[in-house]
Amino acid sequence: MTAAIDTVLQGALLGGLYALFAAGLSLIFGIMRLVNIAHGDLIVLAAYIALVVVQATGIGPIESLAVVVPVMFAIGYVLQRGLLNLTLDRGILPPLLVTFGLSIIIQNVLLEGFSADSRKLQAGAFETASLRLGADLAVGWFPLLIFVTAVAVIAGLQALLYRTRLGRAFRAVSDDPEAARFYGVDNRHLFALAMALALAVVSIAAVFLAVRTNFDPAVGPARLLFAFEAVIIGGLGSLWGTLAGGIILGVAQSVGARIDPAWQLLAGHVAFLLVLVMRPRGLFPRAVD
Amino acid sequence: MRAALLETHGLEAFYGDFQALFGIDVAIAPGETIAIIGANGAGKSTFLRAVCGVLAAEPGRIRHRGSAIGGMPPDRIVARGIAMVPEGRRLFSSLSVEENLRIGADVGRQGPWSLERLYRLFPVLAERRRAAPTSLSGGQQQMAAIGRALMTNPELLLCDEVSLGLAPVVIRDLYAALPAIRAEGTAIVVVEQDINQALQVADRVYCFMEGRVTLSGTPKELSREQIRAAYFGM
Ligand SMILES: Nc1ncnc2c1ncn2[C@@H]1O[C@H](COP(=O)(O)OP(=O)(O)OP(=O)(O)O)[C@@H](O)[C@H]1O
Ligand SMILES: [Mg+2]
Repeated sequence: MTAAIDTVLQGALLGGLYALFAAGLSLIFGIMRLVNIAHGDLIVLAAYIALVVVQATGIGPIESLAVVVPVMFAIGYVLQRGLLNLTLDRGILPPLLVTFGLSIIIQNVLLEGFSADSRKLQAGAFETASLRLGADLAVGWFPLLIFVTAVAVIAGLQALLYRTRLGRAFRAVSDDPEAARFYGVDNRHLFALAMALALAVVSIAAVFLAVRTNFDPAVGPARLLFAFEAVIIGGLGSLWGTLAGGIILGVAQSVGARIDPAWQLLAGHVAFLLVLVMRPRGLFPRAVD
Repeated sequence: MRAALLETHGLEAFYGDFQALFGIDVAIAPGETIAIIGANGAGKSTFLRAVCGVLAAEPGRIRHRGSAIGGMPPDRIVARGIAMVPEGRRLFSSLSVEENLRIGADVGRQGPWSLERLYRLFPVLAERRRAAPTSLSGGQQQMAAIGRALMTNPELLLCDEVSLGLAPVVIRDLYAALPAIRAEGTAIVVVEQDINQALQVADRVYCFMEGRVTLSGTPKELSREQIRAAYFGM
């Protein structure tokens, strides 16, 4: 029994990381209907930026976020304003092709710059410290931190979208970009801000990923896949749904791995397909679309 | 006529290679109400879209208080006090009625219009403030669309076919709000297919046909025959 609880608990905490991978993707899709194929590679890029900062300054990985978040925020703004905005309003293919190209470029640049060796960030004793919950049950402080951060990030994005003037403008521009322009909402600027925000969240996900596991320039597409699955399970455009999607994916992987370690990823994909078959629009689809 | 609030000189507009406006001259004085009438496809909406900056135009072809504003981005045009009530209302469906109104207020212009003032003009919107715009009746949606534009505190309000698809009693209610808006000194452009409605409310009328102004004048000056000829080209 404890083993079962442990499996689900660890899976749910892992789901927090997937939700962080997915939150940016969900935000971008929700606001500008852009499917960013390079999302996973941007996570990896942020991880390498964190690596450079940590190596150059000697600060810890979590502290490096003070640099990585603003840098990724700026990259997001420029990327959207300078490139991706040009691909919108031209059908679904151009944004897919351009972000696919971007994905390949990022992978190759990272390969050139950092080689294919796998890297990891060290967060010291904190990485392995755990909180004892019962006789045979413990949760790591680090996975707990990831999960709490994921909930906080999603609650923060939700509050931004539904309680602030900027959020109102984001939702208006998502409903009708042209009509929004009549009321002074500059869609190019807002789309750029949305991408900046998404990449700020990506930075947090990236640092957690880099502390948790090894990474190399080629691991981006697999993170994209997890993010996609979390978003689709939760229902397109719903941020809380994305958190639920991440948790379901994490629990499925954890249960799969418990049965047979080789089944970890497969179990996640099967859970994804099951949800898709039973609820094609995900668990919490947005009412209006 | 007093110095113009807004004037266009030889305004042309294009959709790709297709030319929709061929040199439009229109002048609107402060506080004046003008109507633009014309058949389907005459270029009425295109004219309004060029004025509020969503369609490219040569700078000097549109002047607001003397300065060239043609092709200026729409956020700067609305900040100057030119607000659009678009054809088909185009409320933001994932925003509540009140949030739609706040989008207008977010432009940040000072003036007579506030939520309280607007709810006095359209009391039914106060009752439905938390509702989704899609749950409102057509007339209520149109009130919200007009309200959203008024909340930008415009000195020029552009209304594109506000009566489209509405029952006559509802149209009468909407037009009943016009005097209160004019009383604030706001100039208004109404685009109407319904010629009688247009003649009733307007100080002056322009008739468009195939991207050109075919007739203009005060409702008194214009005879039915002239209007029919300008409207249908026969
Ligand atoms: N987005 C567009 N792309 C290409 N052509 C367009 C577009 N919008 C309008 N047109 C064309 O421009 C011309 C003027 O259209 P416009 O919408 O300004 O007419 P209108 O007077 O507003 O008509 P209605 O009474 O039907 O609203 C028409 O020939 C129309 O087909
Ligand atoms: Mg029209």
